[in-house]
Amino acid sequence: MGGVSAHPSPTLAPRPAAGTAPPGPLMGSPAAPEIERTEPIGDPSVVPEPDVPWVTIVHNDPVNLMSYVTYVFQTYFGYSKGKATKLMKDVHYKGRAVVSSGTREEMERDVQAMHGYGLWATLSQDR
Amino acid sequence: MARRRARAGVFEPAPGGGAAITLDEVEISILRNLAVQLLELVGPGDQPAGADDDPLAQLFAEGPSKPPDDPALARLFPDAYENAEEASEFRRFTENDLRARKREDALAMIRALDSGGPRLTLTGDDARHWLGALNDLRLTLGTRLEVSEDDGSELYHLPDSDPRKPLVMAYLWLGGLQETLIDAMTD
Repeated sequence: MGGVSAHPSPTLAPRPAAGTAPPGPLMGSPAAPEIERTEPIGDPSVVPEPDVPWVTIVHNDPVNLMSYVTYVFQTYFGYSKGKATKLMKDVHYKGRAVVSSGTREEMERDVQAMHGYGLWATLSQDR
Repeated sequence: MARRRARAGVFEPAPGGGAAITLDEVEISILRNLAVQLLELVGPGDQPAGADDDPLAQLFAEGPSKPPDDPALARLFPDAYENAEEASEFRRFTENDLRARKREDALAMIRALDSGGPRLTLTGDDARHWLGALNDLRLTLGTRLEVSEDDGSELYHLPDSDPRKPLVMAYLWLGGLQETLIDAMTD
């Protein structure tokens, strides 16, 4: 490496709070602030019914490009450009969209694939 | 027949579903640096003690059951279920594979960058790896910068003295690369 020392080098390390030392190595990132995770709590009294299909839900996020989300829906699900674009817009404007449905195993596969592409997805039983 | 002169810094379609781009030395160096950091960030994850010694044990090792503490990693490896218990179970059996995929994407990017510029020609497979790596880099930088939907965010009007400025510049640059790569791949 070398040759770019004159340029401020972007780092993926957590951003330090004002007044602290410059970002150190990325690994471990002990300086990362503890994030209070807000877990949506499902209703534990609802017992899943075996015959009700499961769905894959993609949630909106501020980073993924519209063109990328459309590309993923076309590439992974084989949807037409029109259908993929409509689903992308639903995600963007409504905050989430059901992108596929089927058995629990199939939806777990789809959600894992969406995570592979970097989309924020969950599965749940359609009720 | 006249060939259109390649524009620098923008992906263009290449034969066989691939894509090509011209990057200067500084751009290649910055991108490589980011890809290496991504590789280190994603890492192998928390391995059970002793797993390093035995390749078979590694193969069958279960992944973590809790989301990563680092917000960027938590974004790269989100919960699959709203229910914490189900999310944990799913994570144990999927997160290691997901980490492996993301490492492969970053490694493919580094390999192509090391093949020598300024003209980089990616195969269709390479292009798909790059698309994934560019997206993971943007998710990571976006999380660090706390990017929101707000186009008028102060992030895009930072003074040069702001320590976040290089990150924002990189974030926007990567967005341009990703956008033109998608165009090139779907041309």
